[in-house]
Amino acid sequence: MGVFILRRLLQSALVVFAMATLVFFGVFAVGDPVWMFISPDMTQADIEQVRVSLGLDLPLWRQYLIFIGNAARGDLGVSFVFGEPAMEVIIQRMPATLELAFTALLIAVLFGVPLGLYAGLFPESFASRGIMAGSIVGFSLPNFWVGIMLIMVFAVVLGWVPATGRGDTATYFGITSSLFTLDGLSHIALPAFNLALTKLALVIRLTRAGTREAIHMDYIRFARAKGLSERRIIGVHLLKNIMIPVVTIIGLEFGTLVAFAVVTETVFAWPGMGKLLIQAIQQLDRPVVVAYLMLIVFLFVIINLVVDILYSMLDPRVRLGDSRA
Amino acid sequence: MKRTSLAALSSAAVLMALSTPALSASVTIAIGSEVTSLDPHYHNLSPNNMMARHVFDQLIGQDHNQTLVPGLAVSWEPINDTTWEFKLREGVLFSDGTPFTADDVACSFERAPDVPNSPSGYGTYLNGKTVTIIDDYTVHISTEAPYPLMANDISTVPVISDSVGCSGTTDQFNDLTAAVGTGPYVYTDYVPGDRVVMGRNPNSWRGEAEWEEVTIRMIGSDPSRVAALLAGDVDMIGQVPTVDIPALEANDDIVLAQGVSNRVIYLHMDHFRDASPFVMANGGDDIVNPLRDTRVRRAISMAINRVAIQERVMEGLSIPAGQLLPDGFFGVSDNLSAWEYDAAGAQALLAEAGYADGFELTIHTPNGRYINDTRIGEAIAQMLTRIGIRTSLEAVPTNVFFTRASRGGPNETPEFSFILAGWGAGSGEASSPLRSLIHTHDPANGFGASNRGRYSNAEVDAVIEQALVTVDDTERAALLAQATEMAIEDVAIIPVHYQVNTWAAREGLTYTPRTDEYTLATGVTAN
Repeated sequence: MGVFILRRLLQSALVVFAMATLVFFGVFAVGDPVWMFISPDMTQADIEQVRVSLGLDLPLWRQYLIFIGNAARGDLGVSFVFGEPAMEVIIQRMPATLELAFTALLIAVLFGVPLGLYAGLFPESFASRGIMAGSIVGFSLPNFWVGIMLIMVFAVVLGWVPATGRGDTATYFGITSSLFTLDGLSHIALPAFNLALTKLALVIRLTRAGTREAIHMDYIRFARAKGLSERRIIGVHLLKNIMIPVVTIIGLEFGTLVAFAVVTETVFAWPGMGKLLIQAIQQLDRPVVVAYLMLIVFLFVIINLVVDILYSMLDPRVRLGDSRA
Repeated sequence: MKRTSLAALSSAAVLMALSTPALSASVTIAIGSEVTSLDPHYHNLSPNNMMARHVFDQLIGQDHNQTLVPGLAVSWEPINDTTWEFKLREGVLFSDGTPFTADDVACSFERAPDVPNSPSGYGTYLNGKTVTIIDDYTVHISTEAPYPLMANDISTVPVISDSVGCSGTTDQFNDLTAAVGTGPYVYTDYVPGDRVVMGRNPNSWRGEAEWEEVTIRMIGSDPSRVAALLAGDVDMIGQVPTVDIPALEANDDIVLAQGVSNRVIYLHMDHFRDASPFVMANGGDDIVNPLRDTRVRRAISMAINRVAIQERVMEGLSIPAGQLLPDGFFGVSDNLSAWEYDAAGAQALLAEAGYADGFELTIHTPNGRYINDTRIGEAIAQMLTRIGIRTSLEAVPTNVFFTRASRGGPNETPEFSFILAGWGAGSGEASSPLRSLIHTHDPANGFGASNRGRYSNAEVDAVIEQALVTVDDTERAALLAQATEMAIEDVAIIPVHYQVNTWAAREGLTYTPRTDEYTLATGVTAN
């Protein structure tokens, strides 16, 4: 298992490097960031001086070599916009995004698995048809539209929760989060549900499909023949077997929740990383864009690793050393 | 979709407003752009400058019409051709209790152009100026040549404290330790990308500020900002999108404040190339650039129905423009008004210039930089097509547009032939657009930095340069007006309209609109 993890990490270093290179040249190709920073009153000499001070006057290959050299020492550059190390700017906004993604995932699993299970066990019932129809809606409505509708209904019309922003935070066990305060919870409810919606639909459909398939398997029939209680058959034998695809998908989806909560964060003015990424792209803040995507690649590699390890725990037949990822 | 949704919103908001508790001592304001630092010298950027005005003062302030008013200086005047004397306000204390003196001015002006990692600082306003301390409350600022815009330049630079601010790093401003000023408020909390919270400055020389607590929230998404107001999350918003204005107007619980801005939306066209890349004969053949013919430019200006754009595209929120700054600003001409719409006359002029059958043209606009920029471009393209200039539109993302429009072509020349752009006169007077947009592109002397059409007219240049060394206000105003008239007569650029900005607040608040488009808590009062 140690060798397996090591090989994975080495592979990931290569992917991160390739990614950084692509993004570096990609952002450069978009345009010259200097025009996003200057004030219109500046003279050409002032503009040129800004270009020099940001190192943008150098030929592209030299900028790239400097970037790679610094990155190898763990320095991903200073944000053009914020003047602080790019990674610091991102990490600063990470807790907000993590708590949003975590809450969304929790909603997706806590509601999705039971609903999917029900729909799988009683496929013909009226409620099941309702659940499945609902999941299609969850899939197909555009995220930003649902977000604005949620704000309209629950914040503007009903006035139950605030429309935008992150609430008060509190610190327990060294973790500062808005999940620990009532104000924070009322703020996170809408964006988390908005973010969870497509994942919820996904979990419902996966669980239902798995249930429909597993329910006719020999081991379930055998368990029934043995006279096990229905609760134990579903809760242990069935659920454990259908969880493998669900865990895989959830793992990967957690990555996308963290990395690309862009739309939800923008609509709900949630001060997280996604909002930062959009802003960095708009302003051509290359160090932040590059650092962000490197971080995300790294995150996905780790998540995949954790998923693989979880597999081996859920299904003893899986041996980590054998898999070639 | 947006329109219907907000119509539904407005009726619902009636209920909401009744249940929103009135918080008399505090106000929450949402702005559409993001503050990137609390260091007032770090980046000369609108949202940062706007935020800094709550906590820091300049020697000279700008009121809501950008008229210069005494700030930390009580008077300023030239004492000879190249030196200005500033008399400082006595008895002013910083928020930490230290007294304000000339040392603070000197060190602020030293730090402002030279902050580490700054993407663009205050060098534009301070380079070439020497600060001399005469006594604690007198400062002389001198230049090598006569410099009439001294007061305008000085009005942009925030003054920080010699004891903690000038030695402070940008980080120390962001964690509030160095953010000590003389303004009406002090920072109490800063969450990057989310909010800035301020309290009253106990030592403010203006007396007690209106609000005990001010929260400025950054909500970039337009519908979300409007929803935040309707839901009662915030008390006031800036940058109200034009599509939402009718619904907000109909809402009894929302009051709007509207005012013309210093920003003109204009068209720049290729004055310098005979073969312009986005101008073609009908059918796509090469053509000698017709935009160099004054008659063609005049025809284009006449073909644009500015009133229709005002009514249909801008929901009434623009003022048809005939020059570079709206009436009332320093140095504008009294003789210029917006071109009358005259399609027949435009066609006749085109025929006279030898283009009776028109030609093909592409107009490039940024996408999202100015209010309804792309939609204005669409309207103009249709209007030009009507007189025979078959015009297509290409909307370019803002972050690409300015690079390409400024130096995207061969040898770093402007890439486009015909663009829509905007100019806000930060100095609040006419020399700002004249020197950047109209004067010949001249990097060595700092002229024509944004002259993306490369218009060049030696006579106009001479008048602008003359104005820039004329210290006497009356004479300078006359010269600026003269330069503007010459440039407009020659159709150097085609002004379309002046933007009108809108703020929306809950009933019970009043906002004084500002020409510089800033959203300031100091302009909000409770009725």
